[in-house]
Amino acid sequence: MGGIKTSIARKVAMALSGLFLVLFLLQHFTINFTSVVSPDTFNEISHFMGTNFLVQAILQPILIFGVIFHFVMGFILEAKNRSARSVKYGVFKGNANSSWLSRNMLISGAVVLAFLGLHFYDFWVHEMQVKYLEGDLSGLNQAGEFRYYEETVAKFAGQPIRVGLYVLAFVFLMMHLLHGFASSFQTMGVNNKYSPAIKKFTKAFAIVIPLGFVFIAIFHFINN
Amino acid sequence: MKLNLKVWRQENKDAKGKFENYTIDEIHGDMSFLEMMDVLNNELVEKGIEPVEFDHDCREGICGMCSMQINGEPHGPDRRITTCQLHMRKFKNGDTITIEPFRANAFPVVKDLTVDRSAFDRIQQAGGYISVNTSGNTQDANSLPIEKESADMAFNAATCIGCGACVAACKNASAMLFTSAKVSQYALLPQGKVEATERVLNMVDQMDKEGFGNCTNTGACEIECPKGISLENIARLNREYLAASLKG
Repeated sequence: MGGIKTSIARKVAMALSGLFLVLFLLQHFTINFTSVVSPDTFNEISHFMGTNFLVQAILQPILIFGVIFHFVMGFILEAKNRSARSVKYGVFKGNANSSWLSRNMLISGAVVLAFLGLHFYDFWVHEMQVKYLEGDLSGLNQAGEFRYYEETVAKFAGQPIRVGLYVLAFVFLMMHLLHGFASSFQTMGVNNKYSPAIKKFTKAFAIVIPLGFVFIAIFHFINN
Repeated sequence: MKLNLKVWRQENKDAKGKFENYTIDEIHGDMSFLEMMDVLNNELVEKGIEPVEFDHDCREGICGMCSMQINGEPHGPDRRITTCQLHMRKFKNGDTITIEPFRANAFPVVKDLTVDRSAFDRIQQAGGYISVNTSGNTQDANSLPIEKESADMAFNAATCIGCGACVAACKNASAMLFTSAKVSQYALLPQGKVEATERVLNMVDQMDKEGFGNCTNTGACEIECPKGISLENIARLNREYLAASLKG
């Protein structure tokens, strides 16, 4: 990150990493949604993603780098922005000219980051332990069936606190995307006749995808 | 009308400032905000108190000098105006009005409400010009056909008066709207394209050196800009900067 020194270069790097994470989010949602419509499909895709060399050895490290880069750069930019006004206003009427969401990306981002800690603990740490510490790449449970669906459902069924935390996190993710997604296009220089359509699409994406994740969590909570 | 004023008083750049409370009477709704400040200063002088120092010049919304943060917004609650164009009819009898200088480390307070905005001058000097030989053989600008849309956008960008409201309104004290307007007014015209690469690189470099924050696209600058400079200019600045960086 030391090589990205100018304000615009840092912002563009932030926007690109954000868009990369948006793509990941779409892929993650698509796979998760199969758990609602077809447990078998969910099991098969999960096994493929969990054991494919390309996904595990190349895409996963890139994803982890993208996540770390995005939040570290976010904190760097926030620190720089705060230091640009060391004497604060007695009265600052931010609501008069900008949305709360746009001014508080740090708050929404920090909540999503905290959620990622919980999410990694829930799923990723367990997967790493089974596959790489215990060396079990079969993806099967003791009954000889795929374990992914039942393990996922077990995290939500009869777990109101976890479901509540997930729902809360996705509300904050929605808030983060509502500003961040469209904002990344502006940062990359896209502000033209297509911008109204981009804004509408990003608003729809920012609402539909997090609500979709909420639906999946609540579905498994209620249905099992 | 009778008003309660909370005015920032600061002896000099290094002194610790504080709010002072003043009560002012017989303010007419047709007065401009600066005329109200004049009335206040007359009263302070009569009482033997040092008047409040504030910047002003043209008093018709052109010079961009009257920098004041009024009730939490640069140039006060109205839109597309400078402080000198703000009328007291925007306030009600008995209101408390908080008046502060524009806040940014790149805009150090000189005294009271006056800030040093020479950071903008240095950004402009870093590349906000075209190198034209003025020896008498200068080509007539009208001999170069320019499409109307580009000419209009360049003109709109050129209406930036460098008042600093964009920096004052931005939660990050970012100068991207100002810099983007000054880059755009040349980037859109054939005369400006010759030095486009070094212009945008040098102006952004100077903007960063002055200690302004980063743009986070809140859009506050566009709303508070007295000339309505559009965020499209910031997107253009980003495009120009990325293209120039790739060229080196």
